Amino acid sequence: MNVIIMGCGRLGARIAMLLDEQGHSITVLDTNASAFRRLPEGFRGRVTVGNGMDGPALEKAGIRATDAFFAVTQGDNRNYFASQLAKEVYGVKRVLCRIYDPVREGIFRELGLETFSPTSLGAGIMVDMLLKGSTPKGS
Amino acid sequence: MYVLIAGGGKVGFYLAQELLQSNHEVLILEQDANRVAAIIEELGENAMHGDGCEATTLDAAGVARADLVAAVTGDDEDNLVVCEIARQRGVPRTIARINNPKNELLFKRRGIETTISATQAVLAQIEQELPTGEMIPLLQMHSGLELVEIKLPETSPVSGRSIREVLLPPESLISLVVDPGGVPRIPSGDTRLNPGDALVVVTRRESSPMLRAALIGSTHGLDT
Repeated sequence: MNVIIMGCGRLGARIAMLLDEQGHSITVLDTNASAFRRLPEGFRGRVTVGNGMDGPALEKAGIRATDAFFAVTQGDNRNYFASQLAKEVYGVKRVLCRIYDPVREGIFRELGLETFSPTSLGAGIMVDMLLKGSTPKGS
Repeated sequence: MYVLIAGGGKVGFYLAQELLQSNHEVLILEQDANRVAAIIEELGENAMHGDGCEATTLDAAGVARADLVAAVTGDDEDNLVVCEIARQRGVPRTIARINNPKNELLFKRRGIETTISATQAVLAQIEQELPTGEMIPLLQMHSGLELVEIKLPETSPVSGRSIREVLLPPESLISLVVDPGGVPRIPSGDTRLNPGDALVVVTRRESSPMLRAALIGSTHGLDT
């Protein structure tokens, strides 16, 4: 699968690593070239400097041939904007989007995006850790 | 009419001032507390401190009873989000200021009206200096009509013809002809069109390509 990841922060870099390990073809997009240092050694994907809210930058990253698009920058609104650009203008089939604000996340999901809020999920997990003594997966 | 304005910069401020003068109810949402204080000083209690991208702020501002939400911050992504949340809250009409002209398509796809951005206005100004035939959008009306300016090139298929002889797309009207000397005329059917004339034309948005073909002709692949 061809995958574009917008935002090479901790989450973006980790998604890139996991999908690269499974043999997918990854392109990571970030406005800041120094962000790519977070990618693991031996990462086989492509990196490109650019703003995912900008059509030409997305095209350079191969948006027209991608199967999936992750919007995982620090900005909820930027992630929403880029996701809608990928979906509405470039017709990308799977668009996954991180939204910190749980309220906005709910609204964006209603508007048809596949959204994920680390805030709501994290809060639930941490409450369970306290009350049920559970250990979160993946740590 | 109750109008909520997200963004208390220059655009938001003057918009609010105009609307208040026409006796509309107006509230500006602005993130910078100092700016809010300055607006209140000048316009009265018509500004609120808060982030217009937060649904809770919009709710506190009474978004559900707003007739119109105008998102006029300097960030297109924020303007998109304000308009999306406002529509989700049932606001019948949303207008966004777009700062990057390339973003117009996305807003259109999302069903949000846009205002011509400052960038586009400056671009239009620059393009007016160009001798070749270009079509410059001047104003978009929400009825689907738009006002464009076209400068007739030497190669224009209508040069030397009278307006009567020009076949325009449906619902299009040449409303003003400005000759190269800068003299404006309201044209009649007998008005002759010449290269270098600037025409102000009302047209349907979807008819623009036809209008371009009729008045400018082939564009040598130059498309805006």
